[in-house]
Amino acid sequence: MERALTVIRALGLLLVVFSLSYVIPIISAFIFADYTVLWDFLLAMLWTSSAGSLMWLLTRRYKGELSVRHGYLLVVGMWTAMPAFATLPLLLVIDGLSFTDAYFETMSGLTTTGASVLVGLDYLSPPINVWRHELNWLGGLGIIVLAVAILPLLGIGGRQLFKAETPGPMKDASLTPRIADTARNLWAVYVAVTMVCVVALKWAGMNWLDAVCHAFSTMGLGGFSTHDASVGYFNSPLIEFVLIIFMLFAVMNFATHFLALRGRNFSPYKNDTEAIAALGLILSSCVGIAVFLWWKGTYPDFITALRFASFNVVSIATSSGYVSTDFGQWPIFAPMWMMFLACIAASSGSTGGGIKMMRTLILFKQAGREFIKLLHPTVVNPLKIAGHVVPNNIVFAVLGFIFLYFMTIATLTFILLISGMDFISAFSAILACVNNFGPGLGQVGPETNYQSLNDFQTWICLFGMLIGRLEIFTVLILFTPRFWQR
Amino acid sequence: MKVLILGAGQVGSTVAESLVSEANDITVVDTDASKLAALQNRLDLRTLVGNASHPSVLKQAGIEDADMLLAVTQSDEVNMVACKLSAALFNTPTRIARIRSADYLAHPEIFSHDNFCVDFSICPEQILTDYVRKLIEFPEALQVLEFAEGKVSMLAVRALEDGMLVGRELKYLRVHMPQVDTRVVAIFRHDRPIIPEGSTVIEEGDEIFFILATENLRSILKELQRMGKATKRVTIVGGGNIGRRLALSLENDYQVKLIEFNKKVCGSLASELGRTLVLQGDGTDENLLESEHVGDVDVFCALTNDDENNIMSSLLAKKAGARKVIALINRSAYVGLVQGGKIDIALSPAHVTIGSLLAYVRQGDVAAVHSLRRGAAEALELIAHGDHESSRVVGRRIDEIDLPKGATIGAIVRNGEVIMGHHDRMIEPEDHVIVFVINKQMIHKIEKLFQVSIGFF
Repeated sequence: MERALTVIRALGLLLVVFSLSYVIPIISAFIFADYTVLWDFLLAMLWTSSAGSLMWLLTRRYKGELSVRHGYLLVVGMWTAMPAFATLPLLLVIDGLSFTDAYFETMSGLTTTGASVLVGLDYLSPPINVWRHELNWLGGLGIIVLAVAILPLLGIGGRQLFKAETPGPMKDASLTPRIADTARNLWAVYVAVTMVCVVALKWAGMNWLDAVCHAFSTMGLGGFSTHDASVGYFNSPLIEFVLIIFMLFAVMNFATHFLALRGRNFSPYKNDTEAIAALGLILSSCVGIAVFLWWKGTYPDFITALRFASFNVVSIATSSGYVSTDFGQWPIFAPMWMMFLACIAASSGSTGGGIKMMRTLILFKQAGREFIKLLHPTVVNPLKIAGHVVPNNIVFAVLGFIFLYFMTIATLTFILLISGMDFISAFSAILACVNNFGPGLGQVGPETNYQSLNDFQTWICLFGMLIGRLEIFTVLILFTPRFWQR
Repeated sequence: MKVLILGAGQVGSTVAESLVSEANDITVVDTDASKLAALQNRLDLRTLVGNASHPSVLKQAGIEDADMLLAVTQSDEVNMVACKLSAALFNTPTRIARIRSADYLAHPEIFSHDNFCVDFSICPEQILTDYVRKLIEFPEALQVLEFAEGKVSMLAVRALEDGMLVGRELKYLRVHMPQVDTRVVAIFRHDRPIIPEGSTVIEEGDEIFFILATENLRSILKELQRMGKATKRVTIVGGGNIGRRLALSLENDYQVKLIEFNKKVCGSLASELGRTLVLQGDGTDENLLESEHVGDVDVFCALTNDDENNIMSSLLAKKAGARKVIALINRSAYVGLVQGGKIDIALSPAHVTIGSLLAYVRQGDVAAVHSLRRGAAEALELIAHGDHESSRVVGRRIDEIDLPKGATIGAIVRNGEVIMGHHDRMIEPEDHVIVFVINKQMIHKIEKLFQVSIGFF
């Protein structure tokens, strides 16, 4: 019990800090002179900060050091409490919105999923849109630290590998020895690139509101848009191109970006096996799908096919979830392949979701290793990533993670099937939520959204987003009796 | 010459043996008294037990009037410190150290006069690795050695029954391959040297030594031997210093398998090597060799530190059908025993590496020395200085030079250009002259021949 109280104290402090994030929509409300919404946001800010303060006041005696076990509780607590409080402005501003839908929307924001239950986005009050996108952005911010600093500490699904153990840029000890410093440095990169993205989108033809909102959701690889038609609304190849560039940037490890920026050279990218594999896979898929669509006659000429294929493939594969056309109408191979990429392509220290490229590479090599072992029974061949040996216990951790990952997807899909959804919708919705990319197929396809789901189905998807974002183990460990035993 | 050798291991004792026979004063220092006793029983030299990096030990060993310090202990660090000390305290003129670690070698500036004062660093394992690599690249050759920074090569081949040379005169070579300029510098028949003339008829089993420009190596080998397929599969037994280096240098060009007995060593090998397939097992286990298809291997190298195991596993491999087998053999008695039998090449590490040291010991300006036929013969690269007056070689035609019988000038390298040593060529100052000597006794004469007379100064 004491453990929970210590965590509540920390959560209280976090909520007080989180309440500061209302400042941005409040400023935008000033700019758009939308004073009713302004009051709603001030109210939400007040409630959030007082709730946080209250939690802290009641539990302030429990100052104990946070241990690894607290870590699981704190991370899950953060990712459930923050979206809960973030629903306040939505509930206050939008009439008739249920808490379930509002919570889905904010959870989708903070897990950078980008699935939406709202329709008529174009007519939403600008501060509310800014708030939704800011959640995407904050989610990305949290994920980077989670991925670079906290998950490796907990060692989830072989995550420790990404930190001290070896490969790629993470090996560079000079990335700063302290979590706090590392986080600050990565945030600096994140914030700086977001600003560049805003300017680039404005230059490409968006207005300032759209530019800021899309920059937020691009960097977080969230995929919220200010328009129901998503990026298709702009119908501009230039905007699509700019978004592709920044999505590809965000799907790489931010530690690599940091090292490259600090050293002012490209060599960290060359050493980042994950980034090379991910980019190679995504870009070749763009061309492949374009050829496929052209061959199938979906688009009359190759250039058009390449334009639509590139944007949608990059968007889904990086787990952003923007759409520029209804890819639900494409032959089923194309959207399925895009979703498959979303499961594996993102780098470990990025804002993307899914299994992560590093784990994919490890398993791929492990499979090859088994083949060699069958042919040469006496062989000694350790698993190597970028020339460094990956210890066996990490391989096992990754295997365990993958098993849970697929079991989660299967189980949640079955639950949706029981609730009466059709297979394609159910399966694609779960894939979209667990991998945090957003749009699925069928009932939850790019032209529609999650509004058609009933409350039960919404909660299942919501749980899928949370569990996928926090790398499964973190959430499920709370359900094991052992966790609560001393 | 007074030489101080630190370390009485493989390299130290071979060098001592080779130098003693050339009338040098040798002192050997080691911490292991039994090794020194064994050495002293055999050779006429002085020994001293002690730590080679202590100034007092060095002083006692007579470093104050030594002409050369040869630091070849097991430890790179001891070797470097000994060089530094001898430079700082005793002003020894020439200091040579064995440095194995690639980490040190990657920073040559640490050997400069401000730092560790190592005049020359040698790495016997690397020399041996390069040597074996050549044998793998040119599987038809018995030996391939380089001179003048790799511009000139010396090639040794065995005349085979179905080869084009057997039963023909040497003159025929010229007629048959007019485009490739080579020179036969020696022929060994039943281990006895024959001085090659145009009319010499080659018999089966002769060892023929050619000198030629390195770029012609491939084409002459193609002509001399029936067209063998290029080397593709290499199996190495023994993951020690040499096996590891060899695998590392080969793995990008060939399919390499490395068999090592020690599990721990296997682990570290596998993490260091990339494409090499590391197998844990005994190189003399015929079941393992069979299951790894050793019969299809192009080159099989047994490189453990156990002579008997090397001989046995290479015999097994040869019997299974391996195209060429190489065995590393430390004991020189064994080398003579197996060379030319079932085992294609018996590799004596001492003789392969000694040449790099001999180059520093020789008088006159010697750029490279290769010890051949277990130290009996030698190939030298000498630099000619002076002019017609002061030198006995410069400004003369090759057939005017008073070479001892059995010594042959194979080639001349002038400003990077390779000139074959035909009888009518002139030697100019600063030429690199490659001389093949069939008998070591003549080396002193050759050295004197190339020395510039006093009048030059």
